[in-house]
Amino acid sequence: MSESHGLSEKRFESLIGTLLRAGVVLAAAVVLAGGVLYLKKYGSVKPDYRIFQGEPIELRSLSGIFGDAVTFHSRGLIQLGLLILIATPIARVAFSVVAYVSERDWLYTAITLLVLGILIYSLTSA
Amino acid sequence: MNGTLEFTLLIAAGSFLAGLLGSLTGLGGGVIIVPLLTLAFGVDIRYAIGASLVSVIATSSGAAAAFLKEGFSNIRVGMFLEIATTVGALCGAYLATRIPTAAIAIIFGIVLLYSAWTSIKPVTEVPIQETEGRFARLLKLDGTYPTPEGIHAYHVRGVPLGFGLMYVAGALSGLLGIGSGAVKVLAMDRTMSIPFKVSTTTSNFMIGVTAAASAGIYLHRGYLDPGLAMPVMLGVLLGALVGARILRRARVRTLRIVFSIAIAAVAVEMIFKGVRGNL
Repeated sequence: MSESHGLSEKRFESLIGTLLRAGVVLAAAVVLAGGVLYLKKYGSVKPDYRIFQGEPIELRSLSGIFGDAVTFHSRGLIQLGLLILIATPIARVAFSVVAYVSERDWLYTAITLLVLGILIYSLTSA
Repeated sequence: MNGTLEFTLLIAAGSFLAGLLGSLTGLGGGVIIVPLLTLAFGVDIRYAIGASLVSVIATSSGAAAAFLKEGFSNIRVGMFLEIATTVGALCGAYLATRIPTAAIAIIFGIVLLYSAWTSIKPVTEVPIQETEGRFARLLKLDGTYPTPEGIHAYHVRGVPLGFGLMYVAGALSGLLGIGSGAVKVLAMDRTMSIPFKVSTTTSNFMIGVTAAASAGIYLHRGYLDPGLAMPVMLGVLLGALVGARILRRARVRTLRIVFSIAIAAVAVEMIFKGVRGNL
């Protein structure tokens, strides 16, 4: 029992590692693509971050970002990359739920579900 | 500053240095990038903490992948304590949208001073606890880690206090846009008697999830500006990758001390500017 448990834990950890790495690489690639488009379009405009104005609504909501990104708007594309980045640790937690269920570890299934719920609340509400 | 292109390249270069130094000194990129953006580039602190927070997610997730392979991280401890850090992060992010930016700058300066101090003070291992704790047994928190003399087992103690400190670490992360690794390590290493190497790697593992909890709030409140976050995230990530590579070969004790003194000076400036209200 303890032998096979240790092995599955090791495999679980290496899968999480791969997931995290893939998420970061994908996010960085999308941000970079959006960044190139952004600099082509706004490269000669003078930026101003001294005064906080907040982002327009289409760059603040999930549906707005997706709408902007599929039409290859540079800022929407960068925002999509950032969303992928934010989603990476969330996917890690979701993956852990599955792993704990398969181990029949109900205590940690509950703990992980709680963390997942908090993360989803943050991303979808407010 | 002429155009966006020049500004973006300057921010990217600065972020690369921040990521590099954050990784070499163990301070993390976040505590360096926020003062850099606000003090050197005059960026509003709300945009700065938004951009910093996404770079924190990137470096933490990238590094966690490498640490997991080495077998130091205690995933159960991390998962359980993430309840406290994510709730804390939500509260911190809400607080960030409500308190004056001058107050954020002052708290930032204090955390910066503490981080600089923990980065230079010598590492002293807490003694291994001989007996199993009540909470650790209930939550199956005890673990093992590899040492040069073979696999060592350790008991986890002080769980309620450690959990409480993790809430504070999460709140600071959400309020300031940093990973708050220094407070996380304090909670695990000093309070819960977890070996130092396990504490630092598990802390890193938790930072991404903690930051993701406040990043959602930042996004909805308009703190995440794509034009600023893009060079910051890419620069810090690249700098941290290069830093991790150098760390494997070089000793960085002197750099740590010199840089921590510089960071302490920056911390004082942030507090000063916050008190005078011109940040």
